[in-house]
Amino acid sequence: MKEFFRPPQVGRRAFKVWQRNRDAWLKFYKASLVGNLAEPILFLLAFGLGLGRFVRNVGGVPYIKFIAPGLVISAAMNAASFECTFGSFTRMSTQKSYDAIIVTPVNIDEVAAGDILWGATKGFISAIIMLPVLAAFGLMNSPWLVLSPVLYILMSLMFASMALIVTAFVPSYDYYAYYFSLVISPMFFFSGIFFPLSTLPGWVMNVAWFTPLIHAVNVSRALATGYFYPGLIIDTLWMIVFTLISSWTAIKFIRRRLIK
Amino acid sequence: MGSDNIIEAIGLRKEYSGYPAVKGIDFTVKRAECFGFLGPNGAGKTTTMNMLQGYVTITGGTLKIFDMELRGNERKIKSRLGVVPQENNLDPDLSVIENLRVYARYFDIPKAEAMKRAASLLEMMSLLDKRDEKITKLSGGMKRRLMLARALINDSDLIMLDEPTTGLDPQARHLIWQKLKEQKRQGRTMVLTTHYMDEAAHLCDRLVVMDEGRILALGTPQELVDKYAKGSVVELPVPEEGEAEVINALSGADYNYEISGDTLFINSADGDLIIARLARFTKGGFVHRPATLEDVFLKLTGRELRE
Repeated sequence: MKEFFRPPQVGRRAFKVWQRNRDAWLKFYKASLVGNLAEPILFLLAFGLGLGRFVRNVGGVPYIKFIAPGLVISAAMNAASFECTFGSFTRMSTQKSYDAIIVTPVNIDEVAAGDILWGATKGFISAIIMLPVLAAFGLMNSPWLVLSPVLYILMSLMFASMALIVTAFVPSYDYYAYYFSLVISPMFFFSGIFFPLSTLPGWVMNVAWFTPLIHAVNVSRALATGYFYPGLIIDTLWMIVFTLISSWTAIKFIRRRLIK
Repeated sequence: MGSDNIIEAIGLRKEYSGYPAVKGIDFTVKRAECFGFLGPNGAGKTTTMNMLQGYVTITGGTLKIFDMELRGNERKIKSRLGVVPQENNLDPDLSVIENLRVYARYFDIPKAEAMKRAASLLEMMSLLDKRDEKITKLSGGMKRRLMLARALINDSDLIMLDEPTTGLDPQARHLIWQKLKEQKRQGRTMVLTTHYMDEAAHLCDRLVVMDEGRILALGTPQELVDKYAKGSVVELPVPEEGEAEVINALSGADYNYEISGDTLFINSADGDLIIARLARFTKGGFVHRPATLEDVFLKLTGRELRE
């Protein structure tokens, strides 16, 4: 327990781990980008155009335009989560890359931090490549979107850290099914991406407040519409605090798993 | 560089949640020597190696590497270390040359210098034509050589090898041995663990035999053979007359013996004398051979199976 509160020893070498992951990714990035882009666009078309015929609009906003800011966030969430679950587990357990790195001057805290940074980068990329597509369809075009990269980085760091905590505990790939079906999917459906949570009983909103996705969706929608309200400061602070706690926790538990 | 001791371990201990894996061992490794750890499975060899690499935390005792306390100096020490673990952990997402280049980056070696070193290491390890190959396309021996090349990318002063040739065919083993001997000639210090007695005899200047977390014996291979196996071994089937008769016949000779299955092993410095005394028992044939480290090993750690 004492070890948990000792600050992680993370220095510039975390970047070398990030570089390793980037180098590996650059070998097949085109295929990877197509996958990243295809899924959210499919959701957008299916729900926005399909369901949009019946829903018409939410609070005066066309349905497809209503769901676009949340789908961008969900794309980043999925990419960061996948990277720091399946990707990190592969490097840690299957390929033993972590073991190879930690006998060099790079320490285990930096390996974990490097993987979080990389997961966040993947999340960021997944979100940012959607912007031109959405802008082209006239779905996202507020000037405030210049701030969106900051949001994507923050929320991707948050989901990458959460995923790495899970990775520090799972015995095999199979266990990620629990994380994705019990944590990620419920958030995806109940964080205000597809409908305002205010349409559900009040307790749903209260529960959702304690989950990370809703805060990112709120900020994303504000940037897309230019409609700001004081609660957004709370949303942003929520994400910053949660990211700090979860990245710290992830680093500590990865250390505990690897260093006996 | 004050002392000539590259590694100094005093009372080194490791417990895994109460289970003692290494029970307080002392050893020193001198500059430019090859130091071996022998022992059956579970003896504590790998745990000891892992402590030397800072991969496993130390429960007790002191460990100095390059005259520095390991704890608190991990980065400085690791920057001069080359490690070849038991299991290959090359990066399958990267090619042969990229494996070296990316690994060099962990040591802050600039790209140009890294590429220069990588090329010369690939040449040294006879892997130059595999430069851009995928890791999965390499044979077991090639992977092992690439592991060795990777361990040398930081021009390491100390190489740690955990079972460097386990699972390789004889040709591949001999090639690895040859490469390791070249490194030794260049003055690099080596620490290795092995199950192969011929490997230990071939490579190690000094070695320890470990079992159950303790060091049972330490010395040069020759010293250990002379001391524990007395130089030569006579093997013969246990005679029908029984072992008591044999002991009678050998009374007064300097020897020790043991029985395993239906074979009698008699260690002594003067095998000819033993054979002469036992002439009437050797009709079933016998073997007289120089003692090896394997005899020492079995003598010290027993013959029962470890699993």
